[in-house]
Amino acid sequence: MEVIMKEKPIIVQEGKRFIKFILSELKPKGKLLTPFNIFAAIVIGVGVILIAIRFIYGLSSVTNLSQEFPWGIWIGFDVITGVAFAGGAYVLTFMVYILRLEKYHPIIRITVLNGFLAYVFYAGALLLDLGRPWHVINPIIGNSFGVSSVMFLVAWHFMLYMMAEFVEFSPAVAEWLGWRKIRKILAGMTLGAVIFGITLSTLHQSGLGALFLMTKGKLHPLWYSEFMPILFFISSIFAGLSMVILEGSISHKLFAKRMSNEIKRSHNDIVMGLSKICAGALFVYFFLKVLVFIHENSWVHLNTPWGYWFLLEIVGFVIIPLRLYMLGSRNKNFTLIKVAAVLALVGIVLNRLNTSVIAYNWQNFGAYVPTWMEIEITLTVILVEIIVLRWIVYRMPILTESPAWALPEKMRDRVQKIFLVKEKAKEEEKEQWKVSTM
Amino acid sequence: MDRRDFIKTMGVVGASVLPARSLRAEEIEDKSVEFNGILVDTTRCVGCQNCSVVCAESHDLPEPDLDKMFEITGNRPTTPEQWTTISRFEVDGEEIYVKKQCMHCNQPACATACPTKALLKTEEGPVIWRGDKCMGCRFCMISCPFDIPKFEYDSANPRIMKCVMCWEKIKEGEQPECVANCPEEAIIFGTRRELIDEAKSRIYSEPDRYVHEIYGELEVGGTGYLYLAGVPFDQLGFKEDLENEAYPQYTKTFLYSVPFVITLWPAFLLALHNATKRDETDREGGM
Repeated sequence: MEVIMKEKPIIVQEGKRFIKFILSELKPKGKLLTPFNIFAAIVIGVGVILIAIRFIYGLSSVTNLSQEFPWGIWIGFDVITGVAFAGGAYVLTFMVYILRLEKYHPIIRITVLNGFLAYVFYAGALLLDLGRPWHVINPIIGNSFGVSSVMFLVAWHFMLYMMAEFVEFSPAVAEWLGWRKIRKILAGMTLGAVIFGITLSTLHQSGLGALFLMTKGKLHPLWYSEFMPILFFISSIFAGLSMVILEGSISHKLFAKRMSNEIKRSHNDIVMGLSKICAGALFVYFFLKVLVFIHENSWVHLNTPWGYWFLLEIVGFVIIPLRLYMLGSRNKNFTLIKVAAVLALVGIVLNRLNTSVIAYNWQNFGAYVPTWMEIEITLTVILVEIIVLRWIVYRMPILTESPAWALPEKMRDRVQKIFLVKEKAKEEEKEQWKVSTM
Repeated sequence: MDRRDFIKTMGVVGASVLPARSLRAEEIEDKSVEFNGILVDTTRCVGCQNCSVVCAESHDLPEPDLDKMFEITGNRPTTPEQWTTISRFEVDGEEIYVKKQCMHCNQPACATACPTKALLKTEEGPVIWRGDKCMGCRFCMISCPFDIPKFEYDSANPRIMKCVMCWEKIKEGEQPECVANCPEEAIIFGTRRELIDEAKSRIYSEPDRYVHEIYGELEVGGTGYLYLAGVPFDQLGFKEDLENEAYPQYTKTFLYSVPFVITLWPAFLLALHNATKRDETDREGGM
């Protein structure tokens, strides 16, 4: 009886401590009235109103979508480009957990977090575009599996991949909350989640290209090809890594205080390595583009306005970034690498928009130009994502070192290790009750 | 590979194969199904637009503006409010009227694209839309080679609007409204086989009246609507660059590769993970 009487107050105490902790973490950590915050507040405020209007009066109240152009920038940019940009997470987890390239370990958490948030927000932006979003669960709950549909496959993979990425990221959450036992369980699930995540990414990155396989005759032949799934997959590699390079240099300025020495020290080395991979992936992509071009016998289209537009995409935003990545990594010129990253990303935006919006229905006389409201809502989605990212980076061990208790102990000698581990396990068990709430 | 890794991976693979097994390109293999269709003889149509009027009446659509037909020559696309239109063409000084609506393909791109099976090729032949399934992604509009599905952008509860060949009536053994009310018998209803026979016999008996082609017999794997014309079809706004391959074929290769990737990729990745292990003391940890 006495034991129970003693334990109960501890649990209650810990529960209170947990709630207090969460509440204190919810408060903003920096100054509220910064120029960025004010800008974000205005944009998001207007965005929320526009989103409300969209749901009350229908899509035509805020978008320029039409019967000829059913997909605009919400799909072409937010979803299709956004997912390619988020490709860095699966490439890096492949490098770190499968190939064990330890060099890239310091940036794995921030990359997975970025990828996870990109999926949540940009794939989430799909809900704004869906005409009947309350039926979005239909392809999942099984009352109407459209199993022959590429869209069905992509939808499932988005959902499963978000879960896999959350599992990959979850040890950081456990460290933040001080849940030692749970962290151990979650860390044990990392490899499974990584393997599952890479498999899903392979399929849905290429699946986004496969969405357009049935647009034969409607999508301009310079962009349509039966190899679109492969091209989309390859380009997601350098798109994702270029984003990692760019985000790395931005977070170096923004989050310098929250950055571990390890990340700072390894940053240049990592960027150098990534730029070489980008150059390789860009080369493969360019080579495939040329093969497809010859295979489809597209010479006749080259000397037309569409041909010039195609050449701009290939020369300006594939060949030039490829060359800059090569030069940059050879001369260790970080400015060149950053320029290459930006150009490669612009190239992805162009390619994805060309496929889904611009060169789609090219024989039609009309054209689609987004309204300012579509752009405003896109900006709202991006800003909310940045704010959530900032909130997490300032609280969880993303760029900082994990707490001491979460670090692996490799250096101990075997006999001592077995002894110590046993002893420590006992201690931890005791401590668990005091520290953890779970 | 230790046992835990193995079990984990098997679990992951098993879970992913579950949805993947059903991911295959859907085709209608059963040739015994006889689809119904409609044959349009454009040489008989006089452009009275009665079909548009009765169509609107029977599907609660607003009354169509009949004068619009005279304003333009050339293709008049269908709209969310008008599921069947008459387009007016002038070829060699002669006026030709062509009824345009959903083609009701044998293996429709829209139904293949639909992630919720809201668009469905029924056994009777019509391609129908089901509001309780549709989530409004508009992938059907992206995929349809004839640009037929139309979306109600002005509505907070938008629907996909297109001809459904009066499916409810066909199930009762009746004819679609437009066929039943055509004063010139320019459109007739029947099974596809009967209609193709009829179309061919018309071509044989009056070889000078018709071009020797039935539009829809072979295009995109065959369509429920079939057309006869006195002038080449490309002069009547028909797409002539369509191939005879059915649209599900275009995504078939990709969808067939999915089960392979989803079963072989995890095994390969796990093998690679173990092959790159330096020594036994290396611990696996989280991030």
